[in-house]
Amino acid sequence: MQTSTVLLVLFSLCCVSFAVGRHRSRQVASAAGGVQSLHSLPHHYGYLAAMWAGLPALLVLGLWLGFEGKFIESRIIAELPADVQALSGSRLGLYYNQVIAYAAGGMDASTLSDAQLKAAQHYHALKASSAWMKLVLVTLVSLAGGIIVLLRVKPELRARNQVESIWTWLLFGCSFIAVLTTLGIVMSVLFEAVRFFHKIPFTDFLFGLHWSPQMAIRADQVGASGSFGFIPLLVGTLLISTVAMLIAVPVGLMSAIYLSEYASKRFRAFAKPILEILAGVPTVVYGFFAALTVAPFIRSVGESFGLTVASESALAAGAVMGIMIIPFVMSLSDDIINAVPDSMREASLGLGATMNETIRKVLIPAALPGIVGGILLAVSRAIGETMIVVMAAGLSAKLTINPLEAVTTITVQIVTLLVGDQEFDSPKTLAAFALGLVLFFVTLLLNVVALYVVRRYREQYE
Amino acid sequence: MSNETYKNTALIEASLKKRYAREMRFQWMGRIAVGLGFVFLFILMFDIVSKGMPAFTQEYLRINVDLSADTLGVGDNPSADDLDSANYGGAIKSSLRDMFPDVKSRKDKRELYRLVSVGAEYALHDKVVAEPSLVGHHQEIWLLAHSEAASYLKGQVSRDTPEAERRIKNMEMDWLDKLAAEGRVKTAFNTQFFSAGDSREPELAGIRVALYGSFLTLVVTFLLAFPIGVCAAVYLEEFAPTNRLTDLIEININNLAAVPSIVFGLLGLAVFINFFELPRSAPLVGGIVLALMTLPTIIITSRAAIQSVSPSIREAALGVGASKLQAVFHHVLPVAMPGILTGSIIGMAQALGETAPLLMIGMVAFIMDVPAGVTDPATVLPVQVYLWADSPERGFTEKTSAAIMVLMGFLILMNALAIYLRKRFELK
Repeated sequence: MQTSTVLLVLFSLCCVSFAVGRHRSRQVASAAGGVQSLHSLPHHYGYLAAMWAGLPALLVLGLWLGFEGKFIESRIIAELPADVQALSGSRLGLYYNQVIAYAAGGMDASTLSDAQLKAAQHYHALKASSAWMKLVLVTLVSLAGGIIVLLRVKPELRARNQVESIWTWLLFGCSFIAVLTTLGIVMSVLFEAVRFFHKIPFTDFLFGLHWSPQMAIRADQVGASGSFGFIPLLVGTLLISTVAMLIAVPVGLMSAIYLSEYASKRFRAFAKPILEILAGVPTVVYGFFAALTVAPFIRSVGESFGLTVASESALAAGAVMGIMIIPFVMSLSDDIINAVPDSMREASLGLGATMNETIRKVLIPAALPGIVGGILLAVSRAIGETMIVVMAAGLSAKLTINPLEAVTTITVQIVTLLVGDQEFDSPKTLAAFALGLVLFFVTLLLNVVALYVVRRYREQYE
Repeated sequence: MSNETYKNTALIEASLKKRYAREMRFQWMGRIAVGLGFVFLFILMFDIVSKGMPAFTQEYLRINVDLSADTLGVGDNPSADDLDSANYGGAIKSSLRDMFPDVKSRKDKRELYRLVSVGAEYALHDKVVAEPSLVGHHQEIWLLAHSEAASYLKGQVSRDTPEAERRIKNMEMDWLDKLAAEGRVKTAFNTQFFSAGDSREPELAGIRVALYGSFLTLVVTFLLAFPIGVCAAVYLEEFAPTNRLTDLIEININNLAAVPSIVFGLLGLAVFINFFELPRSAPLVGGIVLALMTLPTIIITSRAAIQSVSPSIREAALGVGASKLQAVFHHVLPVAMPGILTGSIIGMAQALGETAPLLMIGMVAFIMDVPAGVTDPATVLPVQVYLWADSPERGFTEKTSAAIMVLMGFLILMNALAIYLRKRFELK
């Protein structure tokens, strides 16, 4: 029984409830002396019935779907032989996944033990009965909700007010999703990061100078203990972001100044959207451009000067990231420069200053907090940018500030650690969440500081 | 006194030249900055288009294929089953040997077989199964060329590069020249690129599966993000009381807009895949993650659109006795809709180009079949670009660029639609 079928059944029940509710209100009304004796219009009674039939049942369905998997897993594991149950968490998980894979038809029976085959049958049975129970339960809840409203239909029932207050709560729920999302992000990275810090001491992570996250399969292997020092990643990230800023800030700022102060209206109307195309290009395209065009170009230029340039140099990734951020810096500075009152501009020009002097001595100092805020936002984007560095920066963590060498970044490491198979109890996988936590808080901090700076500036002219 | 004034004027005049020169320099710096922006954009586009154009054509070789029952390994009157399992690869190989009788050594022969794509076998299979009367004859058939051979025929590889540095050897180039001289080479539009899924062979790879995946993912994203975003915007603009909770919601929305996309991927992995056990690699999870990511964009633009609706509309509705909810849903929202749609389309365009969070939830698998529903494993267009960009074969570089061109085409289309809506809205 597919979930979509259940949803379809639920939807038709809602429609029926609507029709019956409306009909019932008319009936009640005609007994009481016509439609005008009702508090609300008949269709409001219908909506009320449909909402009661739909919403609680939807909630039940959601809860069922959320906990079905866990419930079935615990039931099956409880039935497994004792020696299997004694396995460690990850082994047991693997064992159980084999059962599920077999039950879904994706695995050969010959590789499984008898106990697993039995468990798979049990899984099938549980799954089938769960599907039926789901349908029956949802239908019952829905019918109960609809019937409760139908029994309550009376001329004095304030159906419209009730429908509207349910609506207001729904609207509130939609906007509360933003809070839930933030909470979800913080919880998901925090939980796994805490598990990571149980295995790797916090200080080793924060101050370690060496990053090589491989974990040994056997204990006696060479390099058996991975090291999780976060400093090389931080330095690499900052190096690439610095290169990006060195390109984006001058070009973006000067373009904004030129377009807002010098350019004719026609040129501005033509140039601004064109430069903003750069912001709409997907980052994977920039990554491709960096890896296949810019990096070889920088390498060959460097070699003609006799320099050794890594084929995945920080310079290539940073330069392309800078191009990506140009429109971002440009529009932010543009808004801020335009927000400086014309009276200041005119006063300076009236005293005989040239445009250039006005810009450098009046406009930029006045707009400085805003520009700094904008640059901080741009830095936070550069730090969080993923695809360009995944495709064009290196993988090995090297502690260097030479932009011609290959460095790696926080985001690159998150991707390399998490793409492919994951084991949720090895420090290697958990490290990605610790990095995610760092990334989230660094970008959050930059944004908060930037907003604070911008807000303080705005108060000056209000 | 007059002397003094004269001295000042002279001083000013002397400094003016310098000041004007500085002014000119400053203006030129501005021009150069804008110019640089244009140049970067032009180089980027030119690079992608020039790399990607060749991928829209494919090279075919006309081979005199020996379809005798013997080479195919079937009896004289083959049944449909026999034809289905006949040895088409062998037939192509022996035909190539017949066309180039001087090729003797085992190693050279292997090079010879590499002129034709491995997919040619299946194309031949389909052709013969559809037309069993072909069996027993020699037939001139156009077969798809291997990607390396094709890149020579398209003129992307030159003989000047040292032989060791290219994948296609002099020998193969000679054979291809001979075929070309006999008129056995043709170039045709690459329909396979739009009709096939991913493949290990560049000449067989296509974007159809990725397009379907992108479509399904975007549908999920839109179905979630649009209603939720509009409802949230309506609540915050029209109903929210000014209190701590509302402040909290607003701060959260603004912060979410600046959270790096990869963090949303971590959220998807930890919450939807590990906790709720939704299927990995599925458009459902991808759509949910992208919806959460685009929600702030949609909420912020929808709020601006609702704000710009003239209060007289709202007040007129309230004045004739509509409830607040009716005033908003019957009168304010329809007027704000073009603005809301503009913002939503721009949000969808962002979602279409997004890659990083989808890598986290496993949409990087090698997928050859079109996903039938939102819970089937799928990949999306930008992830396909990422996967191909990682492949070392030269043929994939042009495929990557071509896929980027298709992706950018869709983005331009969506943005053009958004601009059109905005323009119409402004005229009102």
